[in-house]
Amino acid sequence: MAELKTGGRFKSAVCTAEIMVVSAPAGDVDLTCGGVAMLDSAADAADGGEIHPDHAVGVAIGKRYINEEETLEVLCVKNGDGGLAVAGQLLLQKDTKKLPKTD
Amino acid sequence: MNVMMLLEMANAAFPERAAFTDGSSGESFTYAELFEAARHRAASVRASGANRLVKLDVSNLATPLSLFTSAWAGVPFVPLNYRLTDAEIEALLKRVTPAYLVTQADRVKTLGSVDQVNAIACADFLDPSQHSEAVAGEWSMDPDEVAVLLFTSGTTGEPKAAVLRHKHLVSYILSSVEFASASEEEASLVCVPPYHIAGIAAVMSSVYSGRHVIQLPNFTAVEWVRLARQHKVTSAFVVPTMLARIVELLEAEGSATADMPHLNSLAYGGGKMPLSVIEKAMKFFPNTDFSNAYGLTETSSTICVLGPEEHRETAVSSDPLIRRRLVSVGRALPGVEIEIRDDEGKLLEAGGRGEIYVRGEQVSGEYEGRGAVTDADGWFPTRDAGSMDEEGYLFLEGRADDVIVRGGENLSPGEIEDVMLTHAGVADAAVVGIPDEQWGEAVAAVVVAKPGASIDIEALKTMINQQLRSSRVPAVIALWPELPYNETGKLLRRVVKAELSKP
Repeated sequence: MAELKTGGRFKSAVCTAEIMVVSAPAGDVDLTCGGVAMLDSAADAADGGEIHPDHAVGVAIGKRYINEEETLEVLCVKNGDGGLAVAGQLLLQKDTKKLPKTD
Repeated sequence: MNVMMLLEMANAAFPERAAFTDGSSGESFTYAELFEAARHRAASVRASGANRLVKLDVSNLATPLSLFTSAWAGVPFVPLNYRLTDAEIEALLKRVTPAYLVTQADRVKTLGSVDQVNAIACADFLDPSQHSEAVAGEWSMDPDEVAVLLFTSGTTGEPKAAVLRHKHLVSYILSSVEFASASEEEASLVCVPPYHIAGIAAVMSSVYSGRHVIQLPNFTAVEWVRLARQHKVTSAFVVPTMLARIVELLEAEGSATADMPHLNSLAYGGGKMPLSVIEKAMKFFPNTDFSNAYGLTETSSTICVLGPEEHRETAVSSDPLIRRRLVSVGRALPGVEIEIRDDEGKLLEAGGRGEIYVRGEQVSGEYEGRGAVTDADGWFPTRDAGSMDEEGYLFLEGRADDVIVRGGENLSPGEIEDVMLTHAGVADAAVVGIPDEQWGEAVAAVVVAKPGASIDIEALKTMINQQLRSSRVPAVIALWPELPYNETGKLLRRVVKAELSKP
């Protein structure tokens, strides 16, 4: 359980995935990757641990992930084999709308 | 949250892609080379003890390297306008010391002698052999740290330094650009100066989308056309005066279309686009998507866009209210809110003319030493005047400070200019207030005739009087060969005003 602040960065304890928080609800959030609690990016790497088979859906760099209520949004900044979840519920990949190039 | 994250992701996903090419020297680097160079230069900047990284030169490879180096080192990036006088540059430099200054070779000695300035030539900044092998550790993730200090042009008084924090710039990119959305063939021609917010936005959005940037250091239409063809450029951003020059050149070339089949998108902004220029441009680039962008330094660049679909739909609509949208700046980007308020700060209904207010994650509205000028709810008063129609299309009317107060009545120059521009012989028009004993201010105007056209001033006044109240008819209308614009396409109203105010 950790408080997620916009701009905060977390890494997976069981794969190479890293994410940045785009928006989050107040209070502690049970954010996991591969079924295991994510770590602050500055923390030492966790040893051992495996991706739970139900959470092996992977994350892709540059994609956004949201919970069903759309109160949490994270950006994947490093690929990984684990899937993101909050309180056991896998996050969904967010569709992005294409905007005209302006610069 | 840090601007460096954008380059980190590009370096992870497509390290070998061409990232930036200096159009004048032909030198270029990949995302991996840019990332590695930033890692080393950040160590040099930290070792220097500077707390600002200042860049003073035309666009070159040192531009993106300076931006990302500063983000990594954790010091604000301060691009200065190289067109200012030596005295003006020195005065600004003294406001941002201790500074690590990346500049033209011939300025290193003079500016390097300024107290607490560590000056290095661009070529030496780029050259690995001029730096130690040390690499910087991690960059800060604090979203509230200052990423960029940008001096506004400051038409009156001392220039203000707009403060853009990492959270503003990263929010802008995340809400407007999809990661890795560009294909390997896409190339963007960047000709806005590096000290302009559009130049900084172009660096960040190209990196995040994976689009190759071709830098054009000193804009001329000839160079722009040459580089666009040589590098098979797929997208570009220009200010209205640049597009006018490009159109003139293409007209002189004499062919029906521009012979740039790769140019998929052409965005413009930074000032009012004359309808005649955009109409001609759409003919020269029949297969190109046009977008009109509106933004400010204080809003991390674009907040409003009129997209390609809207350009096509509005241009052919039989409904005059819809056709009028071609001269609008479109609608707010996702995550950006816009309101029009009157002098007392009261919200206006659709169509009402007033001051444009904006709110959103990318909006800073903060100046160094003065704090944020946003209100309690986060709204930033842009000092731009405008109106918004029922569908949210925003129409610009010039700066709020340009409003003419004639006999207690507030008149918008934009409204009068729009009518003047509908005259068949008028290519460009500017309306300003000049001192007047009876009214406080009187309405005065300058028009530029289209090539070969003659303008009957009295007939023009009659035409304005038929469409607007008599108080809006200019007392004086002068005919000039051209209007004064600055290098980024902003009409210099104070120059027009000064000239017309002469007795």
